[in-house]
Amino acid sequence: MDYIIEVKGLTKRFGSFAAVDGISFAVRRGEIFGFLGANGAGKTTAMRMLCGLSFPTEGSGMVAGFDVMTQGEQIKRHIGYMSQRFSLYEDLTVYENMELFGGIYGMKQADIASRSRELLDRINFADHKDDLVQSLPLGWRQKLAFMVATMHSPEIVFLDEPTGGVDPITRRQFWDLIRGAARQGTAIFVTTHYMDEAAYCDRITIMVDGRIKALDAPSALMQQLEAKNMNEVFVKLCR
Amino acid sequence: MSSLSFLVKKEFIQFRRNKFISRLVFAFPVLVMLIVPLVTNMEVRGVSVALIDHDQSSLSRRMLSHLEASKSLRVRMQSSDYQQAYRQLEDGKVDIIVSIPERCEQTLLLGQLPCISVDANAVNSTKSGMGSQYAIAALGKALSEVAAESGVSLSSGDISVRHFYNEALDYRFYMIPAFIIILVLLICCFIPALNLVVEKERGTIEQINVTPVSRFEFTLSKLIPYWLVGIVVLTEAILTAGLVYGLWPAGNAGTIYLAALLFALTMSGFAIAVANISDTMQQCIFVLFFFVMIFMLMSGMLTPLESMPQWAQWITVAFPPRWFVGIMRAVYLKGTTLAELAPNFLALLLLAIAFCSIAMLTYRKQR
Amino acid sequence: MLHILRDKRTMLVVLVIPLILIVLFGFTVTTDVNNIKVMACAPHRSHSVSEAVNHIQASPYFDFRGFVDACDIDRMLRTGQVSAVVVFASDYSSSGSYQMLFDGADVNTASTSQAYLQSVLAGSAAASPFDVHMLYNPQMKSSYNFVPGIMGMIFMLICAMMTSISIVREKETGTMEVLLVSPVKPLYIIISKMVPYLLLSLINLAIILLLAYYMLDVPMAGGVGGIVLVSFIYLVLALALGMMVSNMVQSQIAALLISAMVMMMPVIIFSGMMFPIENLPWALRWISYVIPPRWYIDAMRKLMIEGVALCDVVLEVGILLAETVALMAAATKKFNDRLEQKGVNFKIL
Repeated sequence: MDYIIEVKGLTKRFGSFAAVDGISFAVRRGEIFGFLGANGAGKTTAMRMLCGLSFPTEGSGMVAGFDVMTQGEQIKRHIGYMSQRFSLYEDLTVYENMELFGGIYGMKQADIASRSRELLDRINFADHKDDLVQSLPLGWRQKLAFMVATMHSPEIVFLDEPTGGVDPITRRQFWDLIRGAARQGTAIFVTTHYMDEAAYCDRITIMVDGRIKALDAPSALMQQLEAKNMNEVFVKLCR
Repeated sequence: MSSLSFLVKKEFIQFRRNKFISRLVFAFPVLVMLIVPLVTNMEVRGVSVALIDHDQSSLSRRMLSHLEASKSLRVRMQSSDYQQAYRQLEDGKVDIIVSIPERCEQTLLLGQLPCISVDANAVNSTKSGMGSQYAIAALGKALSEVAAESGVSLSSGDISVRHFYNEALDYRFYMIPAFIIILVLLICCFIPALNLVVEKERGTIEQINVTPVSRFEFTLSKLIPYWLVGIVVLTEAILTAGLVYGLWPAGNAGTIYLAALLFALTMSGFAIAVANISDTMQQCIFVLFFFVMIFMLMSGMLTPLESMPQWAQWITVAFPPRWFVGIMRAVYLKGTTLAELAPNFLALLLLAIAFCSIAMLTYRKQR
Repeated sequence: MLHILRDKRTMLVVLVIPLILIVLFGFTVTTDVNNIKVMACAPHRSHSVSEAVNHIQASPYFDFRGFVDACDIDRMLRTGQVSAVVVFASDYSSSGSYQMLFDGADVNTASTSQAYLQSVLAGSAAASPFDVHMLYNPQMKSSYNFVPGIMGMIFMLICAMMTSISIVREKETGTMEVLLVSPVKPLYIIISKMVPYLLLSLINLAIILLLAYYMLDVPMAGGVGGIVLVSFIYLVLALALGMMVSNMVQSQIAALLISAMVMMMPVIIFSGMMFPIENLPWALRWISYVIPPRWYIDAMRKLMIEGVALCDVVLEVGILLAETVALMAAATKKFNDRLEQKGVNFKIL
């Protein structure tokens, strides 16, 4: 089994409060791994530890072959990231954003040019490459942010609540993009509180109060808990 | 290191697109250089004189008329009561008291030197200093005129004065280098710091933290544009000063630019360090403001270094502006060379390294 | 509202810094001139020359650094090792002639040293008809002259700048819209933003007054009540100004820069804190008549240092009051107008 993320007993404490309390799981290459849970369950905190943004208090983790505690900077070279709060610089154009992040990951200008063309064609956005991000509606920004996160063809992409605030059609289109990237071998680690999106994932975990309450494929969970959809699964687990 | 070039490019694009800041940065220096030297003209006018005349002679009347004729002096009162005049001095209504002794004219006509006392209120040292000069000049003139008319020869010492580098003691020439420094200080300090704190507050900094960009590269990318901006501001200021006031650097312009570059380096490093430890814009501003005030008032920019108590002078060794002020005034007005100012440059260099290192070390990508 | 008090760091910063500023400046900053580096050049060191030099050494204004050769004078002045050189004529004992050479780059020092030197030397040489005395501060110490100026500046900073930034921040993050849509009256929202800064400033005022009185010996002869009253009016004025500014800008940085340029720099320049106002060219003097800090600092000087009674500062207080009322009215009106145009897209600068 080729695991791209392996986590054992990962914990993050703030004072006496454990935001993430001893979680363990593993993610395979090319897998779409969903991290579900209510707001405040600890999903974002867990993700930040895996991205090298925050030091774990206890436990161990491996991402793309590197240790989470000591090799944070190497991890960063192999991952992409998109957060709900921010992803693109608003006062830069689409292309300028792509150029910046491509360059930061060590891509050459020629590669940046061809890769960005390829990505923009995929969403039919090539003629807007010189538009200021500020002028774009939220749905497009999110799709572009995903594109930028995959500019440098990373092994894993971390997405933190990527579909907040957009209409269902845009969300569907976004998940098409995610699945496209997964098919090409990129593992996707995504947190969300939209339970219906869980159906798109290969496997999911549900976090409650910092702990993992369930870890399996969505269909298996629905069968286990005799639920008709993921919403019911969640409600049953959290009661 | 290639990420650095991409980051710097992004900074410049953002700077250019931000109409408000880019316009401000380029217009502000010119405005300041135009207005401020006008404002800070410290020419002494209207020094009030009280004349205590115990002689009541034609000599003393001559002295009075010369005093009144002086453009800078105003004879506010005449009396024979010194105490009254002194009280006026205490109240600030009178700046100088001239006391003409009894039988002054007689003494003079006998070929001896009378003793005229001039008391000046030293609270406003410039005013009293210049004021007493003018008074003495006027009185001296009266004395020599009367002496000449009566055929008495006055042998009193010949005192001549020469002010190097600024013959007319034009206050603007003193202030212009100071304000150039203030400009560079303000722009290289506040804008990069605020830029960084805004990124922190908005969260865009997280996107950078998750990339392989190192602390070194990121800090540099925040500093480099503002060094360049600092140089531009300096150039604008120098040009404005030269074209409008006719003050061009007496010394080597290259020395000035080198010093300015070091100074911009130091101050922006300092600013970034403060921004790194601030969570909000308000904290950042207040702390920066605190230091900027201290720098402005204690580095010899507006008040002389030597007048401060020793312990305060020791503290200023750590202040970059103190060294820069020394360099600027010396090169701008006196034409001092780099070699002669080596200690200042060395100090600035050390401080630059220190502050930029602190800036880099206080930046945390992972918490 | 309360969140400002919870922000311990900011509170600390806002309370501690004025304290440090006052103490530091009270003791170190002075427009007086002391310890001026002087050297002498005397081809013939007669007894009179030595006597003159002794007088210079004895004077607290000067720091005598020894004798220098004529050829070195230029270099010493240029490198700043000395600020003034007295060149005694070779026949100084009989003629009393000498020449004073100054580093004219520092105008203040040069002109003052000239006066002081002359008075010191006149005391030694017989051949001068003038007996010049510089009277030490019969009025007051120059260092605590700064206290009113600093007060004017700090309160403007806290109340105007901080408030405007705080309000604009809510605009930027969109929480302002949320508040506006709530049943809370808009005016109360604004007032709730101001109150914490008002309180902070009042605490600062208390600290400053205590420090000034006990550490710097500022006589508060005009009566503390009057000082507090006038300060309170000034604080409200600054708050109103902050509100005005916040109405006009869209981003925190813009609020900061406008506050800095429009409020802080003029305060420093025009309020008479550093440079005497009477020296301003006529055209700029009227600016100083308009700026509130100038009146506040004047009033504070009179009340704190000169010990005038409250009724004597009626002019200043009157002007401050009038400006306050005008500003509050304008700011409120502007704010209400904005509410009606809420279709405006709050662009982040």
